[in-house]
Amino acid sequence: MSDIQPQQQHHIKLAEESLQKQSTTLNLGPTHPATHGVFQNILEIDGEIVLETTPTIGYIHRAFEKIAERRPYYQITTLTDRLNYCSSPINNMGWHLTVEKLLGIKTPKRVDYLRVLIMELARIADHLVCNSVIAVDTGALTTFTYVFQWREHIYEIFEEVCGSRLTTNIGRVGGFERNFSEAAFTKIRNFIEGFPKVMKEFEALLNRNRIFMERCIGAGPISAERALNYGFTGPNLRAAGVDYDVRVAEPYCSYEDFEFKIPIGTTGDVYDRFMVRNGEIWESFSIVKQALEKVEQIEREFPEQKDVFYAPEADHFHLPAKEEVYTKMEALIYHFKIIMGEINAPAGEVYQAVEGGNGELGFYLISDGGRTPYRLHFRRPCFIYYQAYPEIVKNGLLSDAVVALSSLNVIAGELDA
Amino acid sequence: MALTKEIVKERLVSQFGEQLTEWEEPYGLLTFRAAADMNLKVMQFLYDDEGLAFRFLTDLTAVHFPDRKGEELSVVYHLHSLTNNVRVRMKIYVPIEKPDVFTATQLFSGANWMERETYDFYGINFIGHPNLIRILNVDEMDYFPMRKEYELEDPTRIDKDDEMFGR
Repeated sequence: MSDIQPQQQHHIKLAEESLQKQSTTLNLGPTHPATHGVFQNILEIDGEIVLETTPTIGYIHRAFEKIAERRPYYQITTLTDRLNYCSSPINNMGWHLTVEKLLGIKTPKRVDYLRVLIMELARIADHLVCNSVIAVDTGALTTFTYVFQWREHIYEIFEEVCGSRLTTNIGRVGGFERNFSEAAFTKIRNFIEGFPKVMKEFEALLNRNRIFMERCIGAGPISAERALNYGFTGPNLRAAGVDYDVRVAEPYCSYEDFEFKIPIGTTGDVYDRFMVRNGEIWESFSIVKQALEKVEQIEREFPEQKDVFYAPEADHFHLPAKEEVYTKMEALIYHFKIIMGEINAPAGEVYQAVEGGNGELGFYLISDGGRTPYRLHFRRPCFIYYQAYPEIVKNGLLSDAVVALSSLNVIAGELDA
Repeated sequence: MALTKEIVKERLVSQFGEQLTEWEEPYGLLTFRAAADMNLKVMQFLYDDEGLAFRFLTDLTAVHFPDRKGEELSVVYHLHSLTNNVRVRMKIYVPIEKPDVFTATQLFSGANWMERETYDFYGINFIGHPNLIRILNVDEMDYFPMRKEYELEDPTRIDKDDEMFGR
């Protein structure tokens, strides 16, 4: 019996140490176990315990920062769509706010409120995807299909406002491309009416569900101190117990006019992240209602503002209406100049942050006074906090690692830019 | 008393004096330039000081200025004091032939991937980084694509066979 050797591998060349070691190497990906995008993790596991994780990223890197250096400002909006594609309107408007800051444009209140309305709807859609998918990864498909109908309603609102659903390209520098139609407001009202019942049922199915709780509580925790050190932002940081929210710290788009709470957790585990997102859905829902009320109030008090949907100072960036382009010389010239990207922006250096679906989405823009940015850097929250993943799942179960990945809400588009 | 940009500037000037230059406030964000080998000392001071407490690294990236001879590459740090809600921006400049910068990974774990990304695209050599390898680009790449000498392909070129892509 003494001559038993490790079996000779003729076709697969294994490293010498892989025959000797006690742990197993497991390749998780390149597709995500529940297909949230393209991630690869090489796990070192001992039985079911994860010892070490090596994430590989960059599978869908599309060189947005390089491309942005040749594009006129209005064409970069479509690049931001493809960062966190679960909540593109927030990215779009974050970019518009950046350019507006560079140009020194102050948007009218009605535009601000409409933007807030759209951004909060996008946040609800983003959190719905994340939370329902946590449930899917723990084995409960029902809630996913149930709330996705309501994500669909949100996308219909986007479609009514801008014409597209996922990669929205919503709004323009200075405001919106056109005014909201009556149908859009009707859809928003229908959403406000119907959504709470569904959300309550979603929570009733999961929040105190014993199986779900036992899967999630204690899985993939991170302390507040480590989370801050890793540069966490957004719901993942708040789940660890830090109440940092860009909407409050540096209000943009008149967020200071709204009343809302910041839900926080304590342990930063999967369950806390789930509960914080649920809490935020309710807060966002309340902001949507407030925004709609404020828009209606403006229309009641100043009926002439009903047609205000962009800042007048942004004329050089805002496409004139089509009927004017066909009938008026000046409008035609502007249309042509804007489409050809022949508008120069002033030289300057801007950092603008918005609270994206996953955290602080920052735009660091350097303009040298030309038609395109000299340098544009996206601070992508996913990219920054995903590097904590090996630490989060270390010494946990393999199944916890999968749930932890979905609860972090890592979106491949944002991760890889 | 709430921490203001003026106090931050005052504290930094009294600590480092002439080593920090080019004080600006573009769009309200306190910006300064530090000597290339001072980045860690300044960040450590901002981090340790109880009154300042800049303990959050918001962003780290680089910019390429081909015309600035001897200081072509700039590394830009955005730091945030969350308790006081004040941001600062620190820039350092290094020559493109020898782009050596001290790593911030000892201070901020989050700097790990941000520095790898900066290395990947600009070739900044972060001294002391635990794992300075490419992150988004392929490992075999032998240049740093975000540098200005690598222009994007001319979209109107016709000498390329694009049959495979249906163009």
